[in-house]
Amino acid sequence: MSHSVIRAVNLTKKYDDFVAVDGISFEVARGESFGLLGPNGAGKSTTMKMIASVSTRTSGELTVLDLDPNVDGPAIRSQLGVVPQEDNLDGELRVRENLLTYGRFFGLSRAEAGKRADELLEFAQLSDRANSKVEPLSGGMKRRLTIARSLMNDPQMLLLDEPTTGLDPQARHILWDRLFRLKEQGTTLVLTTHYMDEAEQLSDRIVVVDKGQIMAEGSPAELIRTYSTREVLEVRYGSDKNVSVAALIADVGERQEVLPDRILIYSDNGEQDLAEITRRGHHPTTSLVRRSSLEDVFLRLTGRSLVE
Amino acid sequence: MTDVAQIRRDAAQTRRWGWWYVTELRLREMKAYISYVVTSSFGNPLMYLLGLGVGLANLIPDGIDGVPFLVFVGPALLMSTILTIGAEEGMYPVLGGFKWHKIFFAIHATTVTPGQIVGGFLVHLAIRFTFTAGVFYLMLVAFGAVPLGTGWLMIPISILGAFAILTPLAAYSAGIEDDRGQFALIQRLIVMPMFLFSGTFFPLSQVPDWLEWIGWVSPLWHASQLGRTVSYGLVEPLWLTLLRVAILAAYGVIGAILMRRAFVRRLTR
Repeated sequence: MSHSVIRAVNLTKKYDDFVAVDGISFEVARGESFGLLGPNGAGKSTTMKMIASVSTRTSGELTVLDLDPNVDGPAIRSQLGVVPQEDNLDGELRVRENLLTYGRFFGLSRAEAGKRADELLEFAQLSDRANSKVEPLSGGMKRRLTIARSLMNDPQMLLLDEPTTGLDPQARHILWDRLFRLKEQGTTLVLTTHYMDEAEQLSDRIVVVDKGQIMAEGSPAELIRTYSTREVLEVRYGSDKNVSVAALIADVGERQEVLPDRILIYSDNGEQDLAEITRRGHHPTTSLVRRSSLEDVFLRLTGRSLVE
Repeated sequence: MTDVAQIRRDAAQTRRWGWWYVTELRLREMKAYISYVVTSSFGNPLMYLLGLGVGLANLIPDGIDGVPFLVFVGPALLMSTILTIGAEEGMYPVLGGFKWHKIFFAIHATTVTPGQIVGGFLVHLAIRFTFTAGVFYLMLVAFGAVPLGTGWLMIPISILGAFAILTPLAAYSAGIEDDRGQFALIQRLIVMPMFLFSGTFFPLSQVPDWLEWIGWVSPLWHASQLGRTVSYGLVEPLWLTLLRVAILAAYGVIGAILMRRAFVRRLTR
């Protein structure tokens, strides 16, 4: 058995003329936490569906747990936990029943499913809602229930498609905490996200995808090191002046990105550059020095921002 | 570390019962609307039998086909009730499973295959139809509308008839992307005419010749005539009885094949 739990070579998915995933290659190691970062429509979810063995690839090679999804789909799925982008909980059933019935799909006996459901309700901090209906649960609770459901079969690998989209900051942090615990227990996590902070929080390694292709690959720190500077100075002069001022300070820092609302100056010492700009008499209305992030990496690679 | 052979073996064992797990889920879901199922199972036949059997029957004192009107109309009422539920179950519950609550996608993320989802869906409905048709049959018996001991065969016939209309509709519903009133149109242009022109309240021979074809393509007419054969001994040539069974079975089997194909297509694209 190879070391990789997922191996994709020139993986391609086409819908008629539209190429959703355009010949991507990557590997994921057992126990690794692997993130697909990219904007909406980049092909992340389609890649995820092929890994989840529910969408047949158009061409290329793909093995999951050393099995071919086109041949052994159900066998692969027996080892996966899937958290889809949109919750698809069963509204006709109560919270605990959602877990029980799901466990049955993996062949668990009723007693086993019941025991596991209680453990996972505890894990998902939903024990007190066991007999509630699904509908009144908050977005964060529904998400945690979906994650609990995906763990009913004690999966070797958990696939999370945009796990925290639409959740408030507190709910996101609770969810990240739960996912981090799974990571610590050795569960392989594969997640897609268009949030850079989420990718940084949860992923050991990231591939940046755009328009169905991989733009870059590495750990968050490596990507930032390779494609960005240590710091970023953000200055604002008002939307009508940003472009003209940018031309006058083009030699400051290593590189510039002019966005409609601000100028980003990539530099190893933001404070020093801010002092230089001010010395030249270009006083910004607001300024900010921050660490480089994956957002900057994405901007550098694609010329676009992640959330548009 | 689990090896490939072990993964395959474990999954194969689970997979054998995939269809039953789906049935189990649907039965459990029924708990949420069981009062509706029970009330309508009793209420529907009661209203029909009182309205038509006691009311309309008075206008037809000589009966039809040599039997009292209630005996003539009883099997067709049972069939039309079960077939109508069959048509309903083939529409919104199928589209909803893909488009709104997306439960079919949730099930397919497990070891269960699209074919097993279809299988479990149909088995659950067979159980539900058996219950509703069983209640209807007992009420017919209570009203003295089932002279023959073979009358109970109306229950399996109604399930055959319901599947004849349900599976082709479900195959269609599984392919719908947007709800643009298709189901209302089906109700008005297929289900309602089938109910009116399928020899339900009067023999098909009373319908103008140019409308008789509706009866021949309608699962409801074939199911009703079979029901009459087992309920009061309607005399028809054996070949015609067998042809009716074959037509219903053909609708059901071809429909189920198309339904499975539509589910596979929608779940694996």
